[in-house]
Formats: sequence, structure tokens, C-alpha cells
Amino acid sequence: MQNAIEIRGLVKRFGDFTALTGVDLTVARGERVVICGPSGSGKSTVVRCIAGLEIPDGGSILVDGHPVAQSRPGEVGMVFQQFNLFPHLTVLENLMLGPMKARGLSRAAAEARARALLERVHIPEQADKRPAQLSGGQQQRVAIARSLCMEPQIMLFDEPTSALDPEMIAEVLDVMVELAEEGMTMIVVTHEMGFARKVADRMVFMDRGEIVEQGPPGPFFAAPRSERCRAFLDRILRH
Amino acid sequence: MRRLAPFLLLPLLAGCAASQAWGWYVIDPTTPQGLTNVRFLLGGMGETVLMSVLAAAASMVLGLMVALPALSGHRALRIVNRVYVELIRSIPLLPMLFWVFYGLPLLFRAMGLSIPIDPFWGAVITLALSDSAFTAEIYRAGIQAVPRGQAEAARTIGLSRVQTMRYVILPQAIRRILPPLANQFIYIVKMSAFASVIGMQELTRRANELAVTEYRPLEIYSFLILEYLALVMVISAGVRWLERRMGADERG
Repeated sequence: MQNAIEIRGLVKRFGDFTALTGVDLTVARGERVVICGPSGSGKSTVVRCIAGLEIPDGGSILVDGHPVAQSRPGEVGMVFQQFNLFPHLTVLENLMLGPMKARGLSRAAAEARARALLERVHIPEQADKRPAQLSGGQQQRVAIARSLCMEPQIMLFDEPTSALDPEMIAEVLDVMVELAEEGMTMIVVTHEMGFARKVADRMVFMDRGEIVEQGPPGPFFAAPRSERCRAFLDRILRH
Repeated sequence: MRRLAPFLLLPLLAGCAASQAWGWYVIDPTTPQGLTNVRFLLGGMGETVLMSVLAAAASMVLGLMVALPALSGHRALRIVNRVYVELIRSIPLLPMLFWVFYGLPLLFRAMGLSIPIDPFWGAVITLALSDSAFTAEIYRAGIQAVPRGQAEAARTIGLSRVQTMRYVILPQAIRRILPPLANQFIYIVKMSAFASVIGMQELTRRANELAVTEYRPLEIYSFLILEYLALVMVISAGVRWLERRMGADERG
């Protein structure tokens, strides 16, 4: 079976700073990969490259066997730390914009799909509100639904709970767990290690622009092989 | 406070009226001559407003045309924008007006074109040109103030560059653009007074002419200032209404 994502020798520089020094990563269809690492380690840059938001300076990225630039609109869904909902549109319109403009769906078809997805992220009653009227947790669930509206093959999450108040983190993670249980291919950049233990098929630890260590969550958490990974896990799991 | 200003000004003027310096009879509408004079002065309102509205409309279109290259990825286009903005906004209005009114027709003639420029259009062109540099900066700032994440989110749901501009960026930028743009209109109205210099019969020109024949500059120019004050207060009220509306939309 074709891999969902194949990354070879990915290099990305920002001016003099090299964010990625040559990353190889393969993700199978239906696989859930959680990427963790200290800030500035390049984990966000990896998912932003896969989403086509950054142009790599070297290496290749294949999504379902073809280059990122040739992927179908919305094939790779992305959820941002800051939600990035469109503030001038209602929740429903946020969801309908992509299907209508990028896919040419009729208004009625787009609305039906949008309402079904709001149901799935448990906020059907918020359809006609503006994003600013929603809590952070609700906004992030709308953002997830907005991506799902495009029927993505892969969902990328870039620290989806980092901007949320603690009491709202669970409602977003619950939706992500459900998504994982339905078999969605997911790459999640997060520090939520409870979530990682629960859904990850594979853990990836990045530091200074490279993948230092990866493997199934059990051994990864119990006995990290590298000193850098052990130090990092010690720091974030201490409390 | 701004709303109260004219009311504070009136008793002041009334107090002064008693003194020997003032002769309000010149614009006293209860006398036949005073009424004629007031009508003459107010008669310039139409020209001032029409010039300003046309100049503002032209400046809005021109400004957008100048602003869009600034947002382009091409260095050459951004340089075109910078040169235009820096050049135009460094030319004082009066020299530009002279250049357009006295100079441009000669240039046209040398090119074999017979395009006459009367005081009205000379003033409209100059005001629009001069203002367009500022309008362009307002557009640019408004569009660049929309967070980058908006365009990124639009991209991940498959929108093209043009669709992103049209459905995501511009609708948000317009809320930041319209209030300062309306504010800029106040400057155009005030700067339109320069049109009097090339013989345009607007508010200031009429006041000048009357002051010369009536020898009452104090009263006549006081009246002129109140005319502009009234105009600007109407526009300010419009700007505040616009700001409230835009703000209300944002909050949903």
C-alpha cells in the first residue's frame, strides 16, 4: 500500500538559521504520528512543509505518491495553534467556504456537509455565531471541522491545544481521539503526552532540526534511547 | 468636545461683536445686502463638495492601483510603488496644482493633444493625485494588518491566491481601510481651498472676493472658517458612524 507521506532529506532554512537539517519521515495510511521536541526543534516546520505553507530548500515530500504542489485542494488538512478561523464569517460560512469555492459544491450541499461536521465535533448549535463569540476550545473544534469539510486524506495538527485554557484542552483532544479511532492519518505536534500515549502509533522526537529518535509510544516513554530525548521527557513529564 | 466647539465659539464671537473691530452687518441675513453676501459665500459649498467627492473617489481607485504592486512578491513592482508614494507625497499641494493647471496643458500640447484643463478639473486631478499616495499607504497597511495565519488557513482549505484575497483578506482589510479613508476625506475638503488660487469659485475664493469688495475680512473669514467647520463636522459624524458599524461587524 502507498504511504500517506514520504519525506526524504527535507532541508529548510530561514535566512542563516537552518530549521531542518535533512529530515526523513514516512507515514503509512491510517497511522498516527505524534511529534514532540523542544521549541525551535523544527517540528512545526515539518508539518508546515507538508501543508505546503513553507517551500523546502532541499529534499522531497510526497503526499499519496505525488509532490505537495500537485495535491488536490484540501487533501492535506491543517489545524493551527491559533485556530485561524475567518472572523468576518459565521461558523457555518467558515466551513462552507472551501467546499464551495475550491471544490465547486452547491450552497445546499456545502451546508449539509458543514452541519454534519459541526455535529461530529459536538457544536451544531454554534453554526450561526461568529468565531469571536465562541470559547477557544469551541473555535479549535470549528477549525478541525473546517479542515474535515475538504475530506482530507491526512490531518496535520500544529500544537492544537497550546493556545487553550487548561479546562478546554480535553474537549479538543476528545475530538482528535475520535478522529483517530475513525482511522484518519494524523501527524500531531503536541506536548500533550497523555494524548500521545493514548492514540500515537509512533512517537517522533525532534531536536535542532533533525529527528533524534522514533518508535512505538510504550518503549519511547519507558526507555528513551538518546540522552536528549530522555532530558526532554524528564522536563515535560516532571509535574 | 468637538461637538461643543462651535457653541463655545458663538458667545465668544457675540462678545466680540460689541467691540469696534467687528461689523457683522456685512453678513447679517436680515438686511438685503447681508443676505446677498451670505448667499454668495454659501454658493461655493456645491463646488467645494463636488471637487472633494470626485477627488476622493479618484484617489480611492488610484490608491488601490498603487497599493497592489506593494503587496506583490516582485521586487520591481514594490519599487514602483515606493517611488510613486515617496515622490507624490513629498510634493506640496500648491506647486503640484500650478504644475497641473499651468504646466500639464503645455505638455499635452507638445504631445499633439488638445486637452484643456479648467480650474475645476485641475483642482480635482491635483487633489486626487496628491491624496492617492496616502490612500495607497492606507490600503497597504490595511491589507498587511490581516494576520498571516488567515492566508495560510485559506490555503490549507484549497483556496487560490485570488480567492484568498477576495473572500478572506479584503473583507477583513476593508474594516481597517474604510475609517482612515473617510478620515482622509476631511483633508481633501480642507486642501480644496487651494483651488481658489487658480480661480475656482469655491468657498475660499468667494470669501476672498467678498473681503476685497467689502473691506470686512474679519467677519467674512470667520464665516468661511465656520463653513469648513460645519462641513468637517458632518464628515466626522460619518466617520464615527462608519467606525462603529465596522467595529460592530467585527464583534459579530
